[in-house]
Amino acid sequence: MIKIEESTSAIVSEFDVFDDWMDKYNYLIELGKSLPLIDDKYKTENNLIEGCQSRVWLHAEFDGTNIHFTADSDAVITKGIANLLIRAYSGHTPQEILDSSTEFLNEIGLTQHLSPTRSNGLLSMIKQVKMYALAFKTKQGMS
Amino acid sequence: MNIEEIRADFPILSRSVHNKPLVYFDNAATTQKPQVVIDALVDYYTNLNSNVHRGVHYLSQQATMAFEEARVKIRDFIHARYSHEIIFTRGCTESINLVAGSWGRANIREGDEIVISALEHHSNIVPWQMLCEEKGAKLKVCPIHEDGSLNMEALAELLTNRVRLIAITHISNTMGSINPVKEITRMAHEKGIMVLVDGAQALSHMKVDVQDIGCDFYTFSGHKVYAPMGIGGLYGREDVLNAMPPYQGGGEMIKSVTFEKTIYNELPFKFEAGTPNVGDAIGFGVALDYVSNIGIEQIAAREHELLTYATERFKSDPLIRIIGDAPDKASLISFVIDKIHPYDAGTIIDQFGIAVRTGTHCTQPLMDSLGIQGTIRASFAFYNTREEIDRLMEAIGKVEELFL
Repeated sequence: MIKIEESTSAIVSEFDVFDDWMDKYNYLIELGKSLPLIDDKYKTENNLIEGCQSRVWLHAEFDGTNIHFTADSDAVITKGIANLLIRAYSGHTPQEILDSSTEFLNEIGLTQHLSPTRSNGLLSMIKQVKMYALAFKTKQGMS
Repeated sequence: MNIEEIRADFPILSRSVHNKPLVYFDNAATTQKPQVVIDALVDYYTNLNSNVHRGVHYLSQQATMAFEEARVKIRDFIHARYSHEIIFTRGCTESINLVAGSWGRANIREGDEIVISALEHHSNIVPWQMLCEEKGAKLKVCPIHEDGSLNMEALAELLTNRVRLIAITHISNTMGSINPVKEITRMAHEKGIMVLVDGAQALSHMKVDVQDIGCDFYTFSGHKVYAPMGIGGLYGREDVLNAMPPYQGGGEMIKSVTFEKTIYNELPFKFEAGTPNVGDAIGFGVALDYVSNIGIEQIAAREHELLTYATERFKSDPLIRIIGDAPDKASLISFVIDKIHPYDAGTIIDQFGIAVRTGTHCTQPLMDSLGIQGTIRASFAFYNTREEIDRLMEAIGKVEELFL
């Protein structure tokens, strides 16, 4: 299994290829369109992330060791962002996710370019990823 | 109207965004400020700043005169009878809350009804919901036709003898529809029902005459009519305001205070507790002078021309669906692009240096009733141009290419 840092630095170098933001968006849109479909039964109110202009569903499953994320959104750019987060965090242990840095999002310019307001849900998604990690870690500790 | 000269009055219009000349189409959210308004603020804080209505010293008297002069300018602009019928507030939202908190709490009882329309902004929904909850009263919503115009037959049916107030927007911030507020006021007053008109979107687009409308309250925000943010007003008819209890307690709103009893000040000060926003009020007056010098009729004509041009261009694109096509409409277009989420479209349009608004525009119940997630809204001011509308069309073309 590759480390979170390896995935995130791969993402950073993919984005480095593009000079202007329109190309970066184009790439995000491609990523959005290619995001594996979430099972419709997980598109529930419970999995809906609050505070975005578009609706985002994030579903997490814990196999006892690693967390597996799936996501969907009705906006393509948001799906693209979700795709990046899933690539970075899915298939890792709660501890690894909690210890990981979100610096790669700054490096590709996502945080500054997609203003950290309620509009894009990037911060809400990251918060939710970390919340799941914390919850599963607690559950792990108790069993 | 010399558009080059007018654009030169607004310094922000010459800046770039994402390395492209800014196209500002978010005027329904807030308008840009002409240099004279910016200068007025600098001048106030440079030469005049002091507290009003208190000091005998020179500066205080000058500041008080300028502040009260601004009130007179607002009175003239909306054709109120007296300047003391103009209460300074932070904006339209606070004005509506003032009426709900003062008139509403004193007059609304259990079982009463308040009527609003499906077009309302959250600011003209939530204060009434809060009041109704407190009093055990009911909020009724007048539906609209598909084109965004108000369903007047339904309104007539809603006006039962339990209704105490109609609170309705003059112009819809989402669909642009201009409501026939004079006719609505006539219908309401025949039945002894009070009328509040939310004029947030109206002042910058059309001549407003509160005496002609006949409404009891008219609320507005300075920043939507080229004035600074943080200043706005409430017009209330003299007899209505006099009969209302104060809204907030503090300095300025009192005539005399002992620990046993306070005698309230007269209008308008009764409703202006605390140190007012003097600098922005003066800026508000200057902004209205600026608008009057150009002429509100000329502005309305220019904006109508922009709306017509934009509507034609939009209708030529089969993927665009315009939301709101009322015959009487202000210069804004809400639209959706087939199969493209407004957030996606707005993000790409922004890359072209074009400021449009996406989302629900603080009218979530309206979006729900239209069955849409949100819209993209381009709202025009008289300083916008056809060339800018062409640039928006170009950006929309790119959006369609990217997402479809």
